[in-house]
Amino acid sequence: MDFSFAQFLHELWIARVPLLQGVGITIASAALAIVAGTVLGVFVGLALTYGAAPLRLPMRGYTDFIRGTPVLVLVLASYYILGTAGIQLGPFQAGVLALAVFCSSHVGEIVRGALQAIHKGQIEAAKAIGLTFSQTFVSVLMPQAIRQILPTWVNTAAEMVKASTLLSIIGVGDLLLASQEVISRTFMNMPFYLFAGFLYFAINFGIERFGRFVERKTHIPS
Amino acid sequence: MDYALNFAAVWRSFDKLLQGLGLSLLLAVGAIAIGVAIGLVLGFALVSRHAAARRLARSYVTVIRNTPILVLVLFVYFALPDLGLQLEGVESFVLTLAVYSGAYLAEVFRAGLLSVPKGVREAGQAIGLTRWQINASIVGPLMLRNVLPSLGSTIISLFKDTSLAAVIAVPELTFEARKINIESFRVVETWIVASLLYVGTCTVLAALFRHVERRLAVPR
Repeated sequence: MDFSFAQFLHELWIARVPLLQGVGITIASAALAIVAGTVLGVFVGLALTYGAAPLRLPMRGYTDFIRGTPVLVLVLASYYILGTAGIQLGPFQAGVLALAVFCSSHVGEIVRGALQAIHKGQIEAAKAIGLTFSQTFVSVLMPQAIRQILPTWVNTAAEMVKASTLLSIIGVGDLLLASQEVISRTFMNMPFYLFAGFLYFAINFGIERFGRFVERKTHIPS
Repeated sequence: MDYALNFAAVWRSFDKLLQGLGLSLLLAVGAIAIGVAIGLVLGFALVSRHAAARRLARSYVTVIRNTPILVLVLFVYFALPDLGLQLEGVESFVLTLAVYSGAYLAEVFRAGLLSVPKGVREAGQAIGLTRWQINASIVGPLMLRNVLPSLGSTIISLFKDTSLAAVIAVPELTFEARKINIESFRVVETWIVASLLYVGTCTVLAALFRHVERRLAVPR
């Protein structure tokens, strides 16, 4: 390494705008993927737990297929296959779509696990007092399931931030790609990879801490 | 949509994909073997009586688990040469995945160690075993049996992470698939086949772990 810390700060200052934009795109892509993936995942989880066989079996196939495929392959496939199929998506949209699909299979499994942990007698009790299924879900099952789901769900959020780095491979200007562009101009590999790693760490560490907080809050006192 | 699926180009290069899958598995085995060693040391350190050991292991796990693996892969491959550590793609990736898996496996082993009842350890002490003997022949095996389910899913997820080696041009499955794409433009067919190879391997691995789990289960 033949450059000083002052040089690094100088280059960092020059690159501040693209790097900050990169952070913004990283957070935006992860957040969009989490929101879309969670909405989709709740339906997947419901279908897996209460769906009739014609709905449940395709959903099982969907989650098993997505969970058995590396995220990088999902990202590349989404970007290249949709284009061939005539759906022209930019790298950002294709990448977020892949992340959302990945997220939905994980959330689906989390939701299924939480719903199955609720004792069957409760559904029977709800039926006995004449609640419809949607009433049972909203006022009996969901409040209990959310308690179980939230801590794990926050972890999934951190996973999505980490997985969003894969979008840099299809050319989305996230924090990683922005850092790589600075590196290809300055050849300062070490400091800028460390810097990017540190920023990702800071974001995820914050999420992890928040997860701990949620876990404490939702913990059922015994 | 007037696209006709044509798998001919993929079948022509299918042996390349299989070779890639072989390398993917090799990368995973090499990295996980080292990773299990790191994970065991860290796992025991995480439940150690010494606060310094606990804190050191906890920092390692926290830093690695909160950093994206792609950043680690690129860091080891592109930034470590600045410090004089120049590695070829395969070695570089195995090292990265080993360091990465060590953190995840440490958490798995920690949970397993906490699940071993205290009385077992005390029984070992009562018959005069040293701490090392207790860990190696009583607590260790019990812990391994307890962690098998989560060990299996962690290993499967680490196997999927080998796809990132494509980024530093290691010719594993994803890299070979991209190469076929570039040569044939049959992207849909290639990604379908490549995904199915990944899904198939993961399914076989999952079945294998379930089998081991059943074999080692406590007979009731």
